[in-house]
Parts: sequence; structure tokens; C-alpha cells
Amino acid sequence: MSTIRLLIGTKKGAFMLTSDGKRRQWTVDGPHFGGWELYHLKGSPADPDRIYASQTSSWFGQVIQRSDDGGRTWNPPGTKPEDLMGADGMPKGESNMFLYDASEKSGRPLTTHQHYDGSQRPWEFKRVWHLEPSLTDPDTVYAGVEDAAIFKSTDGGKTWKELAGLRSAKGQLWQPGAGGMCLHTILLNTGQPDRMFVAISAAGSFRSDDAGQTWRPTNKGLMSQYELPDPDAEVGHCVHCIAMHPSRPNTLFMQKHWDVLRSDNGGESWQEISGNLPSDFGFPIAVHTHEPNTVYVVPIKSDSEHYPPEGKLRVYRSKVGGDDWEALTKGLPQQDCYVNILRDAMAVDQLDPCGIYFGTTGGQVYGSSDGGDNWAPIVRDLPAVLSVEVQTLP
Amino acid sequence: MIRVVLPQHLRTLARVDGEVMLDIAGPATVDSVLNGLEARYPMLRGTIRDHRTKQRRPFIRFFACEQDVSHEPTDTPLPPTVASGAEPLLIVGAMAGG
Repeated sequence: MSTIRLLIGTKKGAFMLTSDGKRRQWTVDGPHFGGWELYHLKGSPADPDRIYASQTSSWFGQVIQRSDDGGRTWNPPGTKPEDLMGADGMPKGESNMFLYDASEKSGRPLTTHQHYDGSQRPWEFKRVWHLEPSLTDPDTVYAGVEDAAIFKSTDGGKTWKELAGLRSAKGQLWQPGAGGMCLHTILLNTGQPDRMFVAISAAGSFRSDDAGQTWRPTNKGLMSQYELPDPDAEVGHCVHCIAMHPSRPNTLFMQKHWDVLRSDNGGESWQEISGNLPSDFGFPIAVHTHEPNTVYVVPIKSDSEHYPPEGKLRVYRSKVGGDDWEALTKGLPQQDCYVNILRDAMAVDQLDPCGIYFGTTGGQVYGSSDGGDNWAPIVRDLPAVLSVEVQTLP
Repeated sequence: MIRVVLPQHLRTLARVDGEVMLDIAGPATVDSVLNGLEARYPMLRGTIRDHRTKQRRPFIRFFACEQDVSHEPTDTPLPPTVASGAEPLLIVGAMAGG
């Protein structure tokens, strides 16, 4: 029987929740890296024992951790004893070194972006928000960082190089959202290995068709009339999350600051599908593993009130690709619930029926083993959950 | 032999218990101690000072003989009692609560 392993990043450490394929009884392992913020953990699709983790702290900065044994042991890449035996005899210790490429050689010496007050500010690395391992190579992994940029490692996270072409996509006009100017979404697809999508708050979505060397904004159709009353703005949109089903790489689903949208042409244009949602503000969005037109969101009341409408925690599901949504409430608190669900904190497993999971800022992780019809808490009292990822193990 | 006391989270990261003992060639300064520390424990690179500029992270402080030496030039010789190992150099996670 399959095993399901949830990788949970929280404000005070990482946790791994494991169950068999029935997904009824769970074991809790953690905290790992207690006291640190774990923005994101994700396993390699090519080698599920390989897991990357972003560990950060206001005091001590960024650390990248890697496990090669399914989370039993962890090391910052490049600092294992065997890595210290390099040709020069010196350890590198560069797994947490994210240097923006401002070299003339790259031809893109973009060094500033727009700040809230309209002034130009230098790019300054703060943390890794999202780690996206390659679909085919366990040693290749992408990092989405704040201040917004994408980095790539091809040596298992030991060293990182910026894909600086992204910041050439009108980077001088990007500005921070309330959570910081972060690159939080990276979408890869096996069918189109050169195509990548990323999303940035508050800049928008971007697409590369040459494996990350060059990028262009893909934000036509996004409307933000209160925050950005320019219907033709190419960048400046506060995209919160994008999801894609691997069988339909040209169809994207987006949760924006306000509005839920979809694109059926690889991001060339977007149309709103908020339909009958009680609020179209929210953070995460996910697609069912076996039904490419079934989409999940968690409506949040507003951008100033980061909690569910009416104090009712409801996941909304559309089985027709948007516009027509149904509330999923069985097993979720339907009164006095004022938690938030952050953008990287919802994920689906690969089993049939599809399991779906999300974590809250109140420290609960909820799971459904039937596509969202019924929910149950897996844990109730973790630190605030920042991210949830799923590994479906044979 | 220089004695260095790390904050708890960095001891965990470096997998050390108690104080770190370092042999430092030349004068003992914050720079030379950190160079020796990062060479021995490369996972600490970037957690105390910036990789490239070597600027101290905002919430890190250095104390020697109960004195805050965080704002001294980092090539200033440390007190003789620290250089001799009689007293440790304390690397401290600064007070930053709310």
C-alpha cells in the first residue's frame, strides 16, 4: 500500500506527517529545525528520498537543508564531512549564498526595483520562499526568493546561480506586496521542459520558453481596479498562487489578491472564474490529481481581514473549471474560525480518490481522502503553518 | 586557543555542544575568529555575517569581557584575555523580541 508523507513548514520548525494509503491514522515527526521559520519543503519527484527545505531566521538568515533519506537526516548541502575533502581542501559553505547577477557579462545589470514610495531600491536577498525540485533530476532545484528572483542549483543545492533574465521583464517596475516582494510560485512541466511559469507578489506572472533564460510578463486580463487602476498594466499585479494540471500545461488557474482566474493559452490571457464564491480573495489554489477541471480555493474575507467569511472555514471546489463553486464543509469548523491559509499551504496527493490537505495559521492541518467531500484534522496545534507539500510514496 | 560561545541555534546548526575552540594564526580579531570559525564549520557561513561584504547581520552581537564590541572595526585586536583563551568571545543573538 502507498504511503503519504506531508511536509509541513511552520513558523517554528518543520514537521512530517505520515500515513498509509487509507489516510486515517497519522504519525507526527518533528519539530525539525525547531525555532526557525521553515518557509517551504519539497521532495524531488525523481527521488522521493531527496527533500529540500528552506530554513530562515531574522537573526541568522537563510539556511538550505537537504535530506537524502526521506527526512531522517538533514545537512546543509556541501557541508557533509565528505564534501570537505574537495581538491582545494576547503569547504564551500555556499548553499545559502544567493547573489543577484548584476554582471555586465550577463548583459542584465539590473540592480534596483521600485519601492512603495516610487523610489528605486537595490535588490536585497532576504529569504527563500519556495523550492521547486526538477521533475527529472534530483540534483537540480529552483529557488524563488525575496527580493523577487529565481535561482537554480544543479549540484543538489550546494551552489546557486540566478536566472537573471527574469528581472529583465520590467523588474524596475516591480514593487513589494504586503508580505514582501517574493517569488512564491514555480511551475514546471515534463511535457514542455523548456517552459516555466513563476509568480511574484506584487509583480504578476511570468513565462519562460527557454528554460529560464528569458522571460516575459503574462498578465493580460488581470484586473486590479482598486490597487492598480490601469487595465493595461503589464506588471504590478499581486498574484498569490498559480496551479496547473500536468496533463494540461496550457491551462493555468490563478488565485490573485482579489479574483480567481484561469488561462487556457499558457498565460497569454486570463479570464475571471470567481463566479459564486463568497469572496474571491484568498491565497492557495490547487487542482485535483485526476480531474484537470476540478479546482480548489479557500476564500478569505478580505485583504485586511485575513480570515474566512462568517468565521466558517470552507474549501470551495469547482468541478467545471471555475465560475460554479460548491462549499466543502464536512469536518471543517463552521463557527468562530478566524485562521488564514497561506499560499503554499495546500496540496494534493496522487492517490485515487485524490487526497487534499491544507494548513492554517492556527496550526491545524486538515486532510480529505475523498477529494474534499469530508475533512478531518490531522494535527491541531502546530505553530502557524507556512507550507504544505505531499509526497505519494509507493 | 580562542574560545567561542555560539547562540543555541547556531550550535545546533554546527552540531557542537558547548564552546568552540579555535586555533587562530596571527592577531585575534573578530575577523580572524570568524574566518577560523567558518572554515571549521562552513554551515555557519552567511548566518553571522554576509558572505561577500562580511557585514554583521543586524541581530547578531559580539561580546568580549562583558563589553559589546559589535560596533568596533572587525580588525580590532580582541582583549588579551580573549586572545589567550582565558575569556570566550560571545556571539549573541541580539534582543529582538516585541
